[in-house]
Amino acid sequence: MAAHSAAFSMAKIIKPFWGGLTGNTVKVFGTTVTSQRSKTVLTPPPAKYGGRHTVTLIPGDGIGPELFNHVREVFRFSCVPVDFEVVHVNSALETEDDINNAITAIRRNGVALKGNIETKHTMPPSVKSGNNLLRTSLDLYANVMHCQSLPGVQTRHKNIDIIIIRENTEGEYSSLEHESVSGVVESLKIITRNNSLRIAEYAFRLAREKGRRRVTAVHKANIMKLGDGLFLQCCREVASGYPDITFDSMIVDNTTMQLVSKPQQFDVMVMPNLYGNVVSNVCAGLVGGPGLVPGANYGRDYAVFETATRNTGKSIANRNIANPTALLLASCMMLDHLKLYDNATLIRNAVLTTMNETRLHTADIGGQGTTSEVVQSIMRIIHSKGQHTANI
Amino acid sequence: MAGNALRSAIVNLLRKWRLSINGQDKFKAKEVLRVAAALKKDTRMFSSGMQTVTLIPGDGIGPEISTAVMKIFEAAKVPIQWEERNITAIKGPGGKWVIPSDAKESMDRNKMGLKGPLKTPIAAGHPSMNLLLRKTFDLYANVRPCVSMEGYETPYADVNLVTIRENTEGEYSGIEHVIVDGVVQSIKLITERASKRIAEYAFEYARNNKRASVTAVHKANIMRMSDGLFLRTCREAAEKYKDIKFTEMYLDTVCLNMVQDPSQFDVLVMPNLYGDILSDLCAGLIGGLGVTPSGNIGANGVAIFESVHGTAPDIAGKDLANPTALLLSAVMMLRHMGLHDHARRIQTACFNTIRDKKALTGDLGGSSKCSEFTEAICQQLGYIE
Repeated sequence: MAAHSAAFSMAKIIKPFWGGLTGNTVKVFGTTVTSQRSKTVLTPPPAKYGGRHTVTLIPGDGIGPELFNHVREVFRFSCVPVDFEVVHVNSALETEDDINNAITAIRRNGVALKGNIETKHTMPPSVKSGNNLLRTSLDLYANVMHCQSLPGVQTRHKNIDIIIIRENTEGEYSSLEHESVSGVVESLKIITRNNSLRIAEYAFRLAREKGRRRVTAVHKANIMKLGDGLFLQCCREVASGYPDITFDSMIVDNTTMQLVSKPQQFDVMVMPNLYGNVVSNVCAGLVGGPGLVPGANYGRDYAVFETATRNTGKSIANRNIANPTALLLASCMMLDHLKLYDNATLIRNAVLTTMNETRLHTADIGGQGTTSEVVQSIMRIIHSKGQHTANI
Repeated sequence: MAGNALRSAIVNLLRKWRLSINGQDKFKAKEVLRVAAALKKDTRMFSSGMQTVTLIPGDGIGPEISTAVMKIFEAAKVPIQWEERNITAIKGPGGKWVIPSDAKESMDRNKMGLKGPLKTPIAAGHPSMNLLLRKTFDLYANVRPCVSMEGYETPYADVNLVTIRENTEGEYSGIEHVIVDGVVQSIKLITERASKRIAEYAFEYARNNKRASVTAVHKANIMRMSDGLFLRTCREAAEKYKDIKFTEMYLDTVCLNMVQDPSQFDVLVMPNLYGDILSDLCAGLIGGLGVTPSGNIGANGVAIFESVHGTAPDIAGKDLANPTALLLSAVMMLRHMGLHDHARRIQTACFNTIRDKKALTGDLGGSSKCSEFTEAICQQLGYIE
């Protein structure tokens, strides 16, 4: 901010001094200053020092801690220039200090890898979901999930390739509830024009970037005429600015029915929060399960990567049977975000080779491998590519 | 089952009229006549005579599939007579939209109804017909049994579950406001009374139909108070039905597991929106709305069974419609009324016909007409005991 005001004051001084001679220069200077000042919040600079990035790591509960150990192992082995700042969040506590620490750490570093934080609903309703709090405080408005059929995984449907973009901050997840009379509870679902436009804009931009032909909006506007009606209207408005991309809409119950019979018809889907939850879980199930699909939460300034279906996996925790694929692919997405493309491609190819060629599968996709076996196989493949690797 | 119910009905009536049933009291002729009359009125259901059911053919393909069902029931010699009524929205006193009084009176009298698809014209000024029916008869539970059909193959071959959905409140309360320009709020209402009713119905259904477990589907990690209330009520109801296993599962976990392995689910109970999505998801698993039965249970013993597909105006009147959905809903109705034997015969005949694949309608992959399909089922009935 100091630089800005200095520049502005400089312009004031310079202008009368140089008169007409460098009038153009001053005008350009003035324009630059105005455009910088029109941004109300500064984008935080990348947390990069000495060529190494710092990324916040929130292990979460359930299978999070053990799988993140594997992720760190793979990163160390492949000499990825990323350091992790680990922040533990205790889901048993009633205060929000832990989550606030995590949020501050993410603000500091800009990028995070996250496991799912369990929400015990035996606690009083004033204790909000930690995951939700994180998403809303950091304004991570877009949840993106790419569901692709993997050739090595046996599923009922083949050739699925769907990108799901889900509004991540409002809708049914506003956590605004009250008990007006004893035994009658009201929960508010909020849909705003700004957020709907924002998510629609994100969806179409992503579709164009990836060369996708069709965007489908999923809604229930026949029942929730005002709420989902507004969402649909915003999507249509944005669609009119992208004539190269086809836009259509579908009611959510019909969508789920179509997904289980003909999922190949879908390309890119955009929807509000709750339907996003349902549709993304259905799609994850269609391509092989929660252990395979990575998810990303993008905000304007921050990005948090996690598994797409956000499971804690309490029942399989610490038994060495969890599938590390989803988290490893999520960390590759993170590396792409940090522009470390080579590292990302290397690890991603190793993971996919293990999945598709060596067919070393964990129990959730019908195999008998353990987590450590899968990770060892991945590291072997990375080593065989001749890259510089650390000693184990 | 009918025998027991008849006996208990008689005992209740005798108690009502304060007549003792041990051998010591002598019954006067007048009392006996009164009891007989009361029995005739209150226990029409169990008389060996015909039971009347209100039939609402509906629009589009409604009339032809209703005719098909009536024909099959006649061939199966089911002791039911049909009373046809039409449902349209008319403006009653006070400006409220109501259904015609003869339809209402018929339903209230018969208690059982079978309904075909109803058209909801856009911008007609009145709410959807289904909503109107729901409000009129307080149809609080929507039950959809989803069973994989042999002969109509889908990628999911082992589905055998029932979705029970709360039908009156939740996200579909229709209470929405524009708070400020560009901000809309939609209210999801959960009440203890409605949750209790649906939970108890779910367990009752599970017990009556010999199902092993009931799973409550919720999102109480996000909607702490509303779904928390629903969950608590389900837990309380579970206490009274110790013979049935009760589990609770998050909506996303259910969706995830449903598309991977639907055989793990039995009876699912949930609030309105989740029920809408999940019941359609399950319908998709077994082959779509053209083959899925559905029943709506109301207060005061009213039950309306319906086919949930649309009116299909493009094939209406051409004898191309598939009556399976309405037929299976009618079978559901027979089970609800206690006519299990007839229900079993008709269902087996229907499944056999579909498995034989000789006379399937267009949507099932064949090229037969509706009447041919119906004829095939009637023929099958002859082969079944």
